[in-house]
Amino acid sequence: MRIETEAPVEEPRHISEAGAVVLEDVARAFGPVRALERVTLRVAAGEIVAVVGPSGCGKSTLLELVCGLQRPDAGRVVAPPAALMPQRDGLLPWLSALDNAGLALRAAGASRAAARAAAHQHFAAFGLEGFERARPRALSGGMRQRVAFLRTLLAGRPVLCLDEPFGALDALTRVQMQQWLATALAREPRTVLLVTHDVEEAVLLADRVVLLSARPGRVVATLPVDLPRPRARGDHAVVALRERALALLGGEVDA
Amino acid sequence: MIAAALVLAALGAWQLVVEAGWVDPLILPGPIAVAESLWEDRALLADDLRVTAGEVALGLAAAVAAGVALAVAMHLSRTVRRALRPLVIGSQAVPVPVIAPLVVLVLGFGLAPKVLLVALVCFFPVTINLLDGLSDADPDARKLLRSLDAGRWRTLWLLEAPSALPAALTGVKVAAAVAVIGAVFAEWAGADAGLGHALLTANGQLETARAFAATVLLFVLAIVAYGLCALLERRLVPWAARTDHTGA
Repeated sequence: MRIETEAPVEEPRHISEAGAVVLEDVARAFGPVRALERVTLRVAAGEIVAVVGPSGCGKSTLLELVCGLQRPDAGRVVAPPAALMPQRDGLLPWLSALDNAGLALRAAGASRAAARAAAHQHFAAFGLEGFERARPRALSGGMRQRVAFLRTLLAGRPVLCLDEPFGALDALTRVQMQQWLATALAREPRTVLLVTHDVEEAVLLADRVVLLSARPGRVVATLPVDLPRPRARGDHAVVALRERALALLGGEVDA
Repeated sequence: MIAAALVLAALGAWQLVVEAGWVDPLILPGPIAVAESLWEDRALLADDLRVTAGEVALGLAAAVAAGVALAVAMHLSRTVRRALRPLVIGSQAVPVPVIAPLVVLVLGFGLAPKVLLVALVCFFPVTINLLDGLSDADPDARKLLRSLDAGRWRTLWLLEAPSALPAALTGVKVAAAVAVIGAVFAEWAGADAGLGHALLTANGQLETARAFAATVLLFVLAIVAYGLCALLERRLVPWAARTDHTGA
C-alpha cells in the first residue's frame, strides 16, 4: 500500500520510481501560518536525505506529510508506507522497553508475545540487553532513543521519517548516537528522511542534505554528500561541507 | 501520624467536655462510653459492619463496571456522549434520601436496593474521571499510533486506556470514600441489618453510645475502602507514582 495524499483534487495515481519519496510543489499552512511553500523534494529508494533548517521552518510538517498524517494544501506527496520517529521519543511510560519497541507490531494486531519476541531479537544489537523490562523513565536518553528507533524499524516500512532524533540529548550522547545510527542504517538499509537543525549531523549521516529556509519553509539548496563512510566530524571534507551548508543557510540558522 | 495526633486531641477535648458536665451524656456520650459500647456490642456491630461492607464492596464494583462501560461508550461515540452526558450529570442531582425509599419499594428489602444506591452515588466520579482521562491521552502518542495505522479499538487498548488509568483510579478513590453514604441511606429506607440500620435503631432506643459506635465504624469503613483503592492504584499504575499522598 502506498500512501498518496493529493490536494486539492484527486488526480490519477502517480507511481514514481519504485520506493522513492516525492514531494512536488507542496504547500501547507495552518491558518495564517504558512509552514511550507512550494517544497519539491525527492528521496530515492535506499537514500538517506537530511532536511536542515531553522526551528519552526516546517520540518516536522514535512515528515507528517510523508507519513500521511497530514494532507498538503497544494502540490503532491507520493510516498511508500513510512514510519515516524517523533521528536520526543514517544515512548509510552507504562510499557517496558521491550513492549515499547514492539508497539508497532501490536498496533498492527500482533499478540503481546509475538511483538516481544520480534523486538527481543534486536535488543543485543541495540545495546539494550538487560533492560527489556525497564520502563522509559529508568532508561538513559540514549537508550530511550534507541528503543524509539527500534520501534520505528519494527514498523517494517520501507521509509523511516526521523524527526530530530537526537535533539533532546546532551552533546556527548548525541555524538555517540550519531555514530550508532550510521552503523545501524548500514546494517539495515532503508530510505530515510532525517530532519535536524544540526548541520554537522546532517553531513555525517546523509547522502544528500536539503537546506530549508525559515518559515515559510522553501528549499534553499541541496548538497550531495559524496563522502565515504564512516565519516568523522574532524574530516576535512565534512568540515568543508558543514561550512558551506551554514554559509548557504546564511541568516536562516540561528546557530 | 499528624492525623492520629489530631484525632487523639479531639477525643481528649470531647471527653473533657463530657466529664465537665456541659452536655447531657444521653445526647453526647464521651469517647470512653463509645469505646465501651464498641466493645460490649462488638458481636452485633461486627455483623452490621460485615453487611454494610458487603453492600459497599458490591455497590462499588457495580459502579466501576457501569462507569467503565458508560465512559468507554461515551468516549467512542459522540452521539452516545451527547445523549448521556446530561443524564449522568443529572443523576447526581437526585437526592439519595428521596429516592432510597422508592428504590426499596421497587426492589424490596434485600441486597439489591443497597447495591443500586451505592452504585448510584459512586458511578459518577468513576465515569467522569475515566471519560476525561480517555480523551487526555498525549497528542504526540496519538499521532504515533495513527502513523502506525492503529485502529480505534487498538488505540483505546494500547494508549487511551492505560493513560486514563490514573485518572480513573482517582475517581474510584473518591467513589470509595462516599460509597458509605449511599449504603447508610439505603439501609435507612429499609433494612434489618447493617451499620445504618444499627444507627437508626440505636437512636430510637436512645442508645446514643451505640449510635456513635456505629458511626465510628462507618468512618473506619470509608477510610479502609479508600485505602484499599489507593493500594490498588499503586499496584496498577506504578509508572505514575505520585509524590507521597498516601501516608497516613
